[in-house]
Amino acid sequence: MSTTPPAMLPATTPFHPVGPVVTAMPFVIGIGAAFALQAVLPGMVGPYYSRVIGDIGIAMILAVSLNIVNGMTGQFSIGHAGFMTIGGYAAGMITYYGSFFLWNGASVHGGFLGSGEWLFAVSCIVGGLVAALMGYVVGLPSLRLRGDYLAIVTLGFGEILRVVLQQTNKVLDDAEAIRTAGWSQWFPPPVGAAIGFAGIPKYTNLFWIYTFVTITVVVAYRLKQSSLGRAMISIREDEIAAQAMGVNIARQKVLAFVMAAFFAGVAGGLFAHEKGVIISPKDAGFQRSFDYVIMTVLGGRGSITGVMLAATILTALPELLRDFDQYRLIVFALLLIVMMLVRPQGLFGIHEIWHFGRKRR
Amino acid sequence: MNYPPTAFWRRSVVAICAGLWLTISCGGCNGTKADPTEIVIGHYGSMTGSEATFGASTDNGIKLAVEEINAAGGINGKKVRLITYDDKGDAREAGTAVTRLVTKDRVAAVLGEVASGLSLAGAPVCQENGVPMITPSSTNPKVTKVGDMIFRVCFIDPFQGSVCAKFARESEKLKASKAAILTDQASPYSVGLQEEFEKAFIALGGSVVSKQTYQAGDQDFSAQLTAIRSSEPDVIFVPGYYTDVGNIALQAKKLGLNTPLLGGDGWDSSKLGEIGGKALDGCFYSNHYSQQDPSERVQDFIKKYSAKHKETPDGLAALGYDAARILFEAMGRAKSLGGADLAAELAKTKDFDGVTGRISIDADRNAVKPAVILEMKNSQPEFVTTIQPGT
Repeated sequence: MSTTPPAMLPATTPFHPVGPVVTAMPFVIGIGAAFALQAVLPGMVGPYYSRVIGDIGIAMILAVSLNIVNGMTGQFSIGHAGFMTIGGYAAGMITYYGSFFLWNGASVHGGFLGSGEWLFAVSCIVGGLVAALMGYVVGLPSLRLRGDYLAIVTLGFGEILRVVLQQTNKVLDDAEAIRTAGWSQWFPPPVGAAIGFAGIPKYTNLFWIYTFVTITVVVAYRLKQSSLGRAMISIREDEIAAQAMGVNIARQKVLAFVMAAFFAGVAGGLFAHEKGVIISPKDAGFQRSFDYVIMTVLGGRGSITGVMLAATILTALPELLRDFDQYRLIVFALLLIVMMLVRPQGLFGIHEIWHFGRKRR
Repeated sequence: MNYPPTAFWRRSVVAICAGLWLTISCGGCNGTKADPTEIVIGHYGSMTGSEATFGASTDNGIKLAVEEINAAGGINGKKVRLITYDDKGDAREAGTAVTRLVTKDRVAAVLGEVASGLSLAGAPVCQENGVPMITPSSTNPKVTKVGDMIFRVCFIDPFQGSVCAKFARESEKLKASKAAILTDQASPYSVGLQEEFEKAFIALGGSVVSKQTYQAGDQDFSAQLTAIRSSEPDVIFVPGYYTDVGNIALQAKKLGLNTPLLGGDGWDSSKLGEIGGKALDGCFYSNHYSQQDPSERVQDFIKKYSAKHKETPDGLAALGYDAARILFEAMGRAKSLGGADLAAELAKTKDFDGVTGRISIDADRNAVKPAVILEMKNSQPEFVTTIQPGT
């Protein structure tokens, strides 16, 4: 009955059925692999190794996203854990208090891919958005300047966040307490002050971790290939030349920074919901931020696969070195020093893994 | 539109396959085979990091208990083997270490942590896997609320807070009616103890005239101490850890503030006197045990500990020792070493004659036991009094 004529595609961009398939392919493969990992791995290697593999995934998200700022755009942010923590707290508040609202209790609701897990996935993305907003607020003034201001501001951001989180209220333990809580208990938010946000339902599993790893890596890779990414790399190589070529430096830097903060927030959501973890104000401090800075430096400037490998090594190594007892951190530090002496440009330098074995240009 | 080279995802597939292959080849390393002639127990603690002395002392205490039980022929003929993992004082590492102990090393029971925040990270893992966990020295009430597998052998914050308040209000040495409080805001231990002290002190008719905060690791406390001085308190309650307390005492003396300081078991370290020196003389703290306790049990422990580890044991070492011995006793009585049987026996612990006093486990799996008050004299802690529970 509709008499509208079929929409005409503009003649200049003919429809390619291959296009969306290529666009979606890495996501499909990555999420499929995450699904397979979740289905097969925990039963095969046990909870301990699956936990280490999960931690590697979370470290990958954080390191690859930080690499957009530190590696690709050449800025120096040392407050990444701050964005992770704020994302984690935001996501935790949504699942914890949301669970009370929806299901009258904060225990894990529903099985694999059940309703509880979808609430969790949404909470991670909201956590990312909150972190991105903070990234915008922190980045906008400091990224207009040239030099080390970003390092100072991000360092300050992490420390301020740590102290602010220590001033928060106690977690409201049961439905009764939540119902009767007055304004003074909701503001500052009830997230447990110094002891950390205990009681968050533990939804994180390998499927969700590696789904978000896939999204992070594909976005980072496509960004690197795009005109936006090339503009970022040009800022890293020479800010003045980039400006002369018409790159809006401040805008590009803020964009990189906000994207990195978003993925850090998502990783924070995964971290807060991991079993045997209590997210606490300490996590926002600069020590944890430095873990991820080390990963980007060790991986190589802007090399996504290099940084992924570095995240894997730096997360797994302290566990593999458990047999050295209290000397393991010394061994760990020595290995880092040796690696930086042997390969000061990072494991892969500016290359990706598949550039090796090909004839060098 | 230019699509990225398909090489990207082709190579991703290769990389993912390689990754999967690597993990599959590790498939055999799931869990260690149990040796029927030994009992394996685990300990997780901060052996490195800023609270390294806590983990090390506790571990030394546990090692001494393990050595003793093995010398005496083990438990029902089985030797005890201890596995200790470091958690760097980091909650994520604590969770990983406990996961490894419980699911890979398949320990019969877990001992640890000192810090309540880290015990709270590890406890759910033990609870979920049905392995009993005894924390030697986490005083926060939340820890044992995790579930019926989680026990403790130390007193809890509300008790210690009321002990300090009672001593401040009623002892001849202080008779305080006005208290000032200086809390380490970054430490859940300090915040928890502060709340309980304040509640108890006001309930006993005292008033809190000044509340100040600091952050662990701060170097300058003059602003807080000046504010406290102007409020003219009779006692200053400082529920912090020994490193900061030493500095606080020194700076208070420099400001001419001679009000005695009062604190909790976080003060307990042989380093306290080294840092604070004479400035601490006349200050008091509550603790789990006193080295000057003349009882045979305590002196015997101190002698054996000093012979083995070449230092005098602090409260954490004594608690680690007691935790291990309570566990061994329950293991000796239990029908099997399965989590449920062992937890049931642990819950039955009554009037256990420990170094840190007579210990009974109550219905909430907390220890009911006395606290001691110590006074610093010539940079050494001296026994003042014992305060029994329920008085």
